[in-house]
Amino acid sequence: MTPEFLIGNITLFVLAIFLGFELITKVPATLHTPLMSGANAISGISIIGALIGANVAYDSGNTEISGILAFVAVVLAMINVVGGFLVTNRMLNMIAGKKRRGA
Amino acid sequence: MEDWVALGYLLSAALFIFGLKKLGHPRTAPFGNQLGALGMLVAVLTTIFSMQLAGDAEWVLIGAGIALGSLIGYIMAVRVQMTGMPELVALFNGFGGAASALVALSEIQKYIDGGTVPAGLELTVTMVAAGLSALVGWMTLTGSLLAMYKLKGGVSVFGKWIKTPTWGPSWLNPVKVLLVISVAVLIYLSIDDPTNTTYLWSIIGISCLLGIVLVLPIGGADMPVVVSLLNSLSGIAAAFTGFIIGNSALIIAGSLVGASGLILTFIMCKAMNRTLADVLFKSFGGSGEKESLTRTKVGSDADEVAMMIDGAQKVIIVPGYGMAVSQCQHQVKEFADLISEKFDTEVKYAIHPVAGRMPGHMNVLLAEANVPYEQLIEMDEINSEFPECDVAIVIGANDTTNPAARSGEGPLAGMPIIDADAARTVVIIKRSLSVGYAGVDNDLFYMDKTMMLFGDGKAMMTGLNNAIKEI
Repeated sequence: MTPEFLIGNITLFVLAIFLGFELITKVPATLHTPLMSGANAISGISIIGALIGANVAYDSGNTEISGILAFVAVVLAMINVVGGFLVTNRMLNMIAGKKRRGA
Repeated sequence: MEDWVALGYLLSAALFIFGLKKLGHPRTAPFGNQLGALGMLVAVLTTIFSMQLAGDAEWVLIGAGIALGSLIGYIMAVRVQMTGMPELVALFNGFGGAASALVALSEIQKYIDGGTVPAGLELTVTMVAAGLSALVGWMTLTGSLLAMYKLKGGVSVFGKWIKTPTWGPSWLNPVKVLLVISVAVLIYLSIDDPTNTTYLWSIIGISCLLGIVLVLPIGGADMPVVVSLLNSLSGIAAAFTGFIIGNSALIIAGSLVGASGLILTFIMCKAMNRTLADVLFKSFGGSGEKESLTRTKVGSDADEVAMMIDGAQKVIIVPGYGMAVSQCQHQVKEFADLISEKFDTEVKYAIHPVAGRMPGHMNVLLAEANVPYEQLIEMDEINSEFPECDVAIVIGANDTTNPAARSGEGPLAGMPIIDADAARTVVIIKRSLSVGYAGVDNDLFYMDKTMMLFGDGKAMMTGLNNAIKEI
């Protein structure tokens, strides 16, 4: 890891934080919960890190511990992502009243 | 990293940004959510393709993990009742935080397993980022799990219902600070000794404990704020994890969620007229001295209320947490239909920004019962209509209608409330005269124009509907 690479990442980090602060200004109370839920699904982005970590050979019983840990991370992150977006979608459909009960 | 991989991550980051932006407006919100999901798909596909193209893809763990996680997530999201939504969001959030922390742990585990330990700057960055990711990630997991059980109100163990405790003496606050400092010290120590498992497990253990002591003192009414804060934290955890593996997608998306989640937390606090510091450190709601009740009020019955509603031109329904608990939104809708057909009454709903367990909780419940969106009016708009309203029907709401908030004293001071007391007659459906989360007696209950229907929301609404049918 070169200092340039680190500085580049820190730049991304700081700029993205500023962007995040500006992105959300006035949100009607109705949308607070769906917005929280949608943002929560996006925080499941750690699925990328989990996938990279879980990309190790599977050898029953002898798989590296780090691989197993990353595998658990894949499962948890995937629940967060799939469940999060779906549940947000359900909420929004109900609020907008497009779909009816049982949908 | 290949150039096109970076471009793929850039595309997904752009989709996240647009998605979050659109999620903030009612009309575009569903589209915004889909954009977010698309961004996630792009990020996952980019990662998998880059592995496949590099020729070192190992599919067993990845495929099984994706399939298993998707299946569980799908089932949970589809089967959940609308009333259980807040708990589910808290649970998902905990999983997200844990996933970030596990990725960090997995990287450190590689060193322990005998992998090459980097040196110099890379080691420092990795250990600091991994430590912070662990701190925030594990804290998010335990905090979210506790928040979930607080939202549920308790947990059933061997058929016995155990109430989730709320406990927070003031000496707990310096303890929280101490725990954070000790993690910081452990992270510093671990830079010189990256494979020391004592440091590693201590960091994890303290972080888990921190999540619990952070949420334990906070009362149920403040839970939405806490879940929102934890959501922000899980984003930050993902960003820190991004620093460890040098991945731009994690850094951008993580810090976006971290920052926007924090803003959302502040917006929620503002709606309750509280500061974040008050929520986190002042332990209000649920705990503390509750005012003992000395006054009494004679209850009314459904027939009496039904007769009074007959002839009303305008009725405003004020739902609160009690409606969510008794799940009586369908009865409420039936009631609204009945009186608008039979008595030609105009019906509106007054939605307090923090009514229920989550902001927007009432909207979701009433939407589930097919109440038209146009009838749900936010507090600021509807308050001017109460003086010309014949009957205000308060269903399981307490603090959000308490006139004591206007007095400028006590825990509710300054909280915006629904002016139900301005209506000509007020009907309150509630189990008892007991105080709400703020622990303040509600003068509204004792007014001469107030009629109390003591009982469970569902039973009372059903009774009221039957009484109206008989008129």
